[in-house]
Amino acid sequence: MKRKTLFTIDAQPYRQPIPVYGYFFGSEEKTLAVMGAIRGDEFQQMYTAAKLVQELIRLEAEGKIIDDCGLLVIPCAGQFSMNVSRRFWPLDNTDINRMFPGYDKGETTQRLAWRIFEALKGYTYGIHLTSLYLPGDFIPHIRIMDTGWQENAEGLDFGLPYLITRKPRPYDTTTLNYNWQVWETRTFSLYTKATDFIDEKSAQEATDSILRFLTRHGFLKDVPLPEGEATQAVSEKNLVTIRNICGGILLHCRPTSSQVQAGEIMANIVDPYTATVLEEIRAPQKGTIFFARHAQIISAQTIVFRLIPG
Amino acid sequence: MNMIEEVVSAHLPVGETLRIQKNRIEGAEPKKRLAIVTGTHGDELDGQYVAWQLARVLKKRQPLLRGTVDIYPALNPLGISTIYRGLPGFDLDMNRIFPGSSEETMYEYIAGGIIEDIAGADLCIDIHASNIFLREIPQVRINEQSAETLLPLAKFLNLNFLWVHSAATVLESTLAYSLNSLGTPTLVVEMGVGMRITKSYGDQLITGILSVMSQLFMLEEPCPPVAPPIVSTDGNVAFVNANASGIFIPRVRHEERVEEGQLLGLIADPLSGGVREELHSPASGLIFTLREYPVVNEGSLIARILGGAL
Ligand SMILES: [Zn+2]
Repeated sequence: MKRKTLFTIDAQPYRQPIPVYGYFFGSEEKTLAVMGAIRGDEFQQMYTAAKLVQELIRLEAEGKIIDDCGLLVIPCAGQFSMNVSRRFWPLDNTDINRMFPGYDKGETTQRLAWRIFEALKGYTYGIHLTSLYLPGDFIPHIRIMDTGWQENAEGLDFGLPYLITRKPRPYDTTTLNYNWQVWETRTFSLYTKATDFIDEKSAQEATDSILRFLTRHGFLKDVPLPEGEATQAVSEKNLVTIRNICGGILLHCRPTSSQVQAGEIMANIVDPYTATVLEEIRAPQKGTIFFARHAQIISAQTIVFRLIPG
Repeated sequence: MNMIEEVVSAHLPVGETLRIQKNRIEGAEPKKRLAIVTGTHGDELDGQYVAWQLARVLKKRQPLLRGTVDIYPALNPLGISTIYRGLPGFDLDMNRIFPGSSEETMYEYIAGGIIEDIAGADLCIDIHASNIFLREIPQVRINEQSAETLLPLAKFLNLNFLWVHSAATVLESTLAYSLNSLGTPTLVVEMGVGMRITKSYGDQLITGILSVMSQLFMLEEPCPPVAPPIVSTDGNVAFVNANASGIFIPRVRHEERVEEGQLLGLIADPLSGGVREELHSPASGLIFTLREYPVVNEGSLIARILGGAL
């Protein structure tokens, strides 16, 4: 393992320079790069990347990385926000993950995106451990942006329960995932269960899935790993969105990953003053809870669940 | 006649309704419609003065009014009421979620209702007021894709500068882009600085709005005299960004003309009493944007100079 300072975030005179590290393994080849936390609340993403660094240090010492494979892991580029408990850039609330491919002469977050992208460009495979714009729990999955030049089948090699393909919206075109693909890296976003809290089990699952991907592509040899799951590919447009009509306190009845029957109550929205049920959120059809909104109180007309039908 | 109408609403979690409202001022037939829209970004307040003052000016001219003027003073009332630029509790900028959707979150539902209400107007003017960081001269910004339709009317808005900028995919989710693509001509105005009202700019724009209304035959009075704007594309705009962090001390004033190489300001280091960077103008021209907020990070925008053929 070689740790290199990829760049330093300068916010002098009142904050000290913040180094952003890349952990390099194996050869000089640009085989696969993993980006951890970019936003200041992506603790789970940082931890997952950190666990991967720990595993790769061990595997490299044991000689299990093949000769012409080179790996890079960046556990965190969000320190400036993370250390002050902010999700986005604290000065102007901009999101580095909406600034790609970045611009080296531009605004602060454009420059940071550019530096991150300089380090990540040119790899054959790219994995971004990321979070959604809506706080919630997911079934761990791989997400691929359907740009027309992606390789969906490779997303199955992680052995996570689901592979979701998404047609990019205008606001997706400035994310790392989208731009990495445009620059011809085969890119996967990996979503674990959590974002702003550590979920050990799903962090381990995510780390294993990356090692599994490397093993299945022949970059690691003789690494015993849990079998993984038979990944089911689903297009995002086939997910069933379940929305609420009333605002109030949100009480979930069924956790993420559970199977629900048509008509089953998945959550209740209760009156914040009397605790009477204002709305029963029922499954419109049989399926598996793929995404559950994480909120104590919820406004009307919004997404509460996404269901994988069947 | 003058009526407050609801545009779209949704229940908030605890005993409150988010209601987008407009002030409809109706004149005689024929029924052309002008939409004056502001308050997408909760820290931009110049539009508050314009909405208030325009309603008063039009009331006085009611007998001369032909058609309908809808004034939408606050597309993001929660942002304005909490001194917050974005949508409270939501990751995406409001000007990145248009044309909205009734299949996603509450704010996208609200955005959809706003678009539906404005669509079909003969003209929409979307008033912005920079942000807390930068002071802007009164200007119209037009996406090059819709320049042909919009330029003729924009020239009557009585603003100093008309900036025809290049198209980026991410901008396809702005209010203006969405309305323009629905065939509702929409002009974007930028002026002043966030969290403050520059009354003279507001009055200047109101004269421009009256002049545009005369052009549209919505006001039976002669067009008030307006000054033609400087029209420019991206090619004549030079950017100055800080390369060091610290405190910006300007050495020029906003709206001043500068020579190439002239000192624009310093990045000061209050800890040491030193100067971290001197910033010089890359071009001769007019400072149409100048840093207002003193704390800067590496990359922060300091000034924009309109130069080139001037
Ligand atoms: Zn704005």
